[in-house]
Order: sequence, then structure tokens, then C-alpha cells
Amino acid sequence: MEPLTPALVLAGAVVVALNAYVVLAGADFGGGVWDLFATGPRRERQRDLIAHAIGPVWEANHVWLILVVVLLFTCFPPVFSRIAIALHIPITLILLGIVLRGSAFTFRSYGGDDAPTQRRWGRLFATASLVTPLLLGVGVGTIAAGRVRAPTGAGFLVDYVTPWLSLFTASVGVLTLLLFAFLAAVYLTLEAEDPDVQDDFRRRALGSGLAVFLAAMLTLALAWREAPLVWNGLVTAPRAIPVHLLTGASATLALWALWTRKFRLARSAAVAQITLILWGWALAQYPWLIPPSLGISNAAAPAITLKLTLGALAVGAAVLFPSLYYLFKVFKSPPR
Amino acid sequence: MTDLLAARAQMALSLGFHILFAVVGIGMPLLMVIAERRWLSTQDPIDLELAKRWCKGTAILFAVGAVSGTVLSFELGLLWPGFMDVAGPIIGMPFSLEGFAFFTEAIFLGVYLYGWDRISPRAHLWAGILVAVSGAISGVFVVIANAWMNTPTGFDLVNGLPADIDPIGAIFNPAALQQTLHMTLAAYAATGFAVAGIHAFLLLRDPLNAFHRRALTIGILVGAPAALLQPLSGDLSAQNVARYQPAKLAAMEALFTTQAGAPLVIGGLPDMENREVKFGLEIPYGLSLLAYHDPRATVQGLDSIPRADWPHVPTVHLAFQIMVGIGSLMALVALWSLSVLLRRQELATRPLLLKAIAGCAPVGFLAIEAGWTVTEVGRQPWIIHGVLRTSQAVTPMPGLVYTMLGFSLLYIFLGIVVAYLLYAQILRSPRHEEWHRVYSPRSA
Repeated sequence: MEPLTPALVLAGAVVVALNAYVVLAGADFGGGVWDLFATGPRRERQRDLIAHAIGPVWEANHVWLILVVVLLFTCFPPVFSRIAIALHIPITLILLGIVLRGSAFTFRSYGGDDAPTQRRWGRLFATASLVTPLLLGVGVGTIAAGRVRAPTGAGFLVDYVTPWLSLFTASVGVLTLLLFAFLAAVYLTLEAEDPDVQDDFRRRALGSGLAVFLAAMLTLALAWREAPLVWNGLVTAPRAIPVHLLTGASATLALWALWTRKFRLARSAAVAQITLILWGWALAQYPWLIPPSLGISNAAAPAITLKLTLGALAVGAAVLFPSLYYLFKVFKSPPR
Repeated sequence: MTDLLAARAQMALSLGFHILFAVVGIGMPLLMVIAERRWLSTQDPIDLELAKRWCKGTAILFAVGAVSGTVLSFELGLLWPGFMDVAGPIIGMPFSLEGFAFFTEAIFLGVYLYGWDRISPRAHLWAGILVAVSGAISGVFVVIANAWMNTPTGFDLVNGLPADIDPIGAIFNPAALQQTLHMTLAAYAATGFAVAGIHAFLLLRDPLNAFHRRALTIGILVGAPAALLQPLSGDLSAQNVARYQPAKLAAMEALFTTQAGAPLVIGGLPDMENREVKFGLEIPYGLSLLAYHDPRATVQGLDSIPRADWPHVPTVHLAFQIMVGIGSLMALVALWSLSVLLRRQELATRPLLLKAIAGCAPVGFLAIEAGWTVTEVGRQPWIIHGVLRTSQAVTPMPGLVYTMLGFSLLYIFLGIVVAYLLYAQILRSPRHEEWHRVYSPRSA
């Protein structure tokens, strides 16, 4: 490993923020997916549980994505501008999805109580929850495959559409969606107080967990063809093996814990699994931020900016973590 | 429509939409904290009901503000990648601090919303205070970044590229203090008067309703002092603009010719071709007095600026007139209301005053939109004043007019829904019979 430079720490902070976004907001998206696929006699009780678990303030989870954006444009400005140009269309659609999802959820919580109004907002919320993670994954896949390039002027399709349209990027999109759905189902087994609803989400968690496994295999196979850099990093690099073993172990543990109804253990294992997948990708393309041209050292902002941003992160963390701890304590405490 | 114009329109729309929610996110928590503080000492259920309703309203608007703010952070790059390349390392830090302040606001709003029966009343009040404080701080950080676009400092230009970067120097840019002060006061004035105005309107039909009376008083307590201070803060801003952004000042005042003892032009239609103002009312020496506090001072006109670097003068001039006109009106209504309150008399028994306050409900937000039009259109053709042109910063992606139209439809749709929800949630009178006619005013 390289020495721990400010640029490396900040690139790590980008992945940490992305990690927090995936674990927290990812589950919110997944909740929307299960709202869309709520079935059976307990359909409405499932939806109520999802709505209760999310709560409108949690649109604030997008702050982790904002932190990723801010860290990129402050500390690695060419990376941000190149992604913003090449992935203009998918990012615009992601934004539409985020706006419609958050607004529809709030409007459903505070809008009219009549069934048609509720259903209309619910459907919008759920559809946006389905499309947005797909596109987020497509964006990640495009970066990982080394397909984000400066515009060549060869035409609209070549510069702005074909880079993010491929089997590999689509498979990363599906994998992301399934991971978010899996994560949400696992969380919801713990939120549910009604044993029947808990069982519904246990079955959904097991099913989506298996689907995650299949999608991950498919993605890996396509990486061999389309994303050689990631393939090499994931399969042949020596540091990849322990990450793989740990990812596989936590995935198996999550499924076993679900099967044996150890839901707390399942939650920890699922969080570990998605975290390891994310870090596996980050390590696979290290030291590139946008392979194969923009890396941690050649895209970094001047040293003074990096140092001050590290300071700002430290101050922010010192305010944020005690506040978050307090929030969770308040939520766990019983009503007086 | 060119791509540049489409990108500017989309950015204007997104900012114009988000600013409304950002302002409410700064102002409403203060109202809700005041109501709760009153409840703690009076135990009057009206105060508790107000705190709870305002908190619910804040939650609805906060969620919409959070998602529209997420959109903005991306749009900076989607539309202006050239700008972020240059500005990111210099002025990115306030944005990261803003992220933390915003998140703190969200966390304590969560505690406030769900903590009514879980934490002690004192702790609950403090959660509300933290929501109000962090909301104000996050606004300050964003406005600092905008002030830097107007008066960029904290770097040297070497071959047109910034070198020797000093992010701290960028934060303390010359317009930072004036702009943050002006915007924070605007947020309290607009929100306070919006709430006061809504309840004043309802009191016109139901003048004995104690619930609306209390809401009106608290709204005035927040809005009126801010509206009274706002002209003073505007004066500080104008002097700052005169010194650092002469083209913007000349466009605001439609001053085409550099002159000593410059007059103040009120109203009128600036004609950029013939370099004159038609139908304007001139107050001799007015502009020199306002900009430099000296009737003989020389004020730079647009003739001192190359024609290619002029902003669109009629837009800036008109927006400036709207902002100043509304600000002056609100200051007068504020003075009137406060003089009634200070004599310990009832606001609710004065129909004329109620009508004036009700009229102020929407206009504070109009003034804010106009003010942002002045500062943003007035800086054109620059995105970073004197450093980078807006046309150099725009994305090479073609077809921006379609995304612009898409976002326009989205924001119109959201605006209608939010308005309806607020009507349903906040405005309708509570149905507690005892709060009607709960006490009879002296005049009845």
C-alpha cells in the first residue's frame, strides 16, 4: 500500500460516504421496491410497516450522496466534471427519481387518507424507488468498466449514450437493485412487530439474497469480457482474495441467519456483505477514480484544499456522530 | 433556445424552487421553538398545537427541500462542469460544512418530530433550537459560496487558471458578510410574514379565533424585526456592490453614464440600445447618496464597462425595483404591527392592519426571488465575476432544452401539490370549539 496521503484518505472518505449512502438510503430505496411488490393478504400491513420504517425526514439520507458529490468536486474536480458530462443522462434520470420518490412519499404520508390518493402516490414512490437504484448501478458499472471518457466530439450517441449502455453496466444496475431490496427486506424483519409480516419479509429476504448471488456471478462473468481492470482487480490481485472470502462468508452467514430466524445477526451480516462488495469494487480499481486515466494522485486538488477538507470532515464528524447516536437512542427509548 | 440559455433557465428554475424551501427551513423552526417555549411556561394548549402544526409543516417542506437540494448539488456539475473544475478546490469547503449543518438539522428535526413523548420537555425544546440554529448555519454556508462567485478571492490567476489557492481567504470574501446577513434576515422576514399573513387572512373572517391570534402574534414577532432591519442590511449590500461589482450596481440602477452626483432612477424602462431610461422617476443625487453616502460621489455607469460584459439591464433593474419596493412595504407594515404590539394592543381588531399583513404573506418570497435575480442575472456574463464566463462553464452535452422542459414540468407539478398539502395540513382552523371565542377582546 502507498503511504497515507491526504488525497488517499479523502478518496477513502468518498467510499465511506458512498458506503453510508448504500447502507442507509439503499434500504429506503429497497423499501420502495417491496412497496411495489407488496402481495398477499397482508399487503397493506406490509406497506404500513415500510412507511413507518422510512419516515419522511429520512430523505436526509441523500446527504451522504451530496457528501460524495462535494468531496469529488472539492478534492478531485476533474473526476466530478468528467462524470457529470459523460453520465449526464443517467444522472439526470436519477435526480428525477430521487425527487419523485421523496416527494411522493411525503405526499402520501401527509396527503389525503382516501384510498385512491394513497395508491397513486404509493405507485409513484415505488416505481421511482425501482428505477433509481438501477441507474445508480449503471453509473457505477460505467465507471468501473473504464467507459467514462472525455467527450470526443464524435456525436451525441457515442459521447453521451453508448458509454453507459452495455450488458455489464446493466448487470451492475440489476445487482444494485437486488442488493438494496435484500437489505431492506432484512431490516424490515427486525422492524416488524407482527410475526406474519415478519415472516413475509423473511421469505423476501431469502429470495432476494439468492437473486443477489446469481446477479453477482453474472456481473463477474460479464466483467471478464467488458471490464478487464475490475476483473483483474477482483480475481487476480492478491489483496482481492481475502475480500472475496469475507464477502462470500458474510453472504452465507446472512442467509443462514435468516433461515434460522436470527434477524439481528442477519442484519449485521447483510450490512457487512454490501459493505465488502462496495470496498471490493473500490480496491479493484485502486488507484484509479475513473479508470484508466484519472487517479487519486493526478486528479487531486492542491494540498491546502485537501488539508482543509480533512479538517472540515473532522469537525463535521465530531458534530454528526454524537447527534446520530442521540437520535437512535431517542428512537429506541420507550414513550414516557 | 441555445443550450447555454436552456442551462441557465434550468439552473434558475431549480434555484428558484429550492430557495423557497430553504427559506422555510430556516424560518419555520424559529416559529415552532417560540411556540413551544411559550407552551412550557403557559401550558396553554394553543401554543402546543401551534408548535406541532408548524413542525409538521416544516417536515413536509424539509423533505421537498432535501430532494431539491440534492438535485442542485448534482446540477452544478451536470450543467456547469467548467465552473466546478475551477471553483471546487477554492470554495468547495463551505459546501461540505453545509452538508454537515443540513444533516444536523435533519437529525434534530427527526428528534423533534418523533420525540414529543420520549424525551423531557427541556430536551425537546433544545432539539428545536438546534434545528433552528443549524438551519440558519447551513444557509449561511451556501450564501458564502455564492458571495465568492460575486467577489472571488483566495487565489491568483496564472494564465487564466487559479493558482496559489487559499480556501480560507475565499470564505472571507468581501461580499460574504453582507450577503449572508441580507439573506438570513430575508428568510425570517418572509417566513414570519407568510405565517402571520395567512392567519391574518383567516382572522378577517373569524376575528375572535384565539388560535389564529396567537399564530399571528408569533409570526409578527419573527417577521417584523427582520423586515425592519432589512433596509439597513440592504444599504450595506448596496455599498458593497458599488465597490466590488460596478456593472451589477449600474444595471440595478439603470445608470448608463458615469457621473458625479448620480440620480436615483425609480421605475422606468432601460433601453440598452439607446442607453437611456424611459418613463423613470429621477431623484437628484439619490444614487450617489445611497451607494457612497455622499451626494457628490462619482458612480460608475455602464459606459465604463465593455458592452460585451453588460448584464441584461432591464431584467436586473426591474427585479431590483421589485425587491426594494416589497422590502420597503414590509418594513412599513412591520413598523405598524410592532407599534401596536408595543402598546400592548390587539392586532386582530384592526381590519386594515390585518389586510396589510395578509397582503405581505406571499410577497416576501417574491422579494427573495427578485433579489436572487438581481445578484445572479446582474453578474452575467460571468459565472465567477471577472474570472470565468458562464458560456465557458456550460456542459458540452447537447439538447439541454429537453431536460430543462422536463424539470420545469416537474417543479410546476410539485409546487401545486405542496401548495395543496399545506392548505390541507396547516391552514384549516383546528376544530376545537373552545378555541373559538375563547376570550373576548376589549373591543367586542
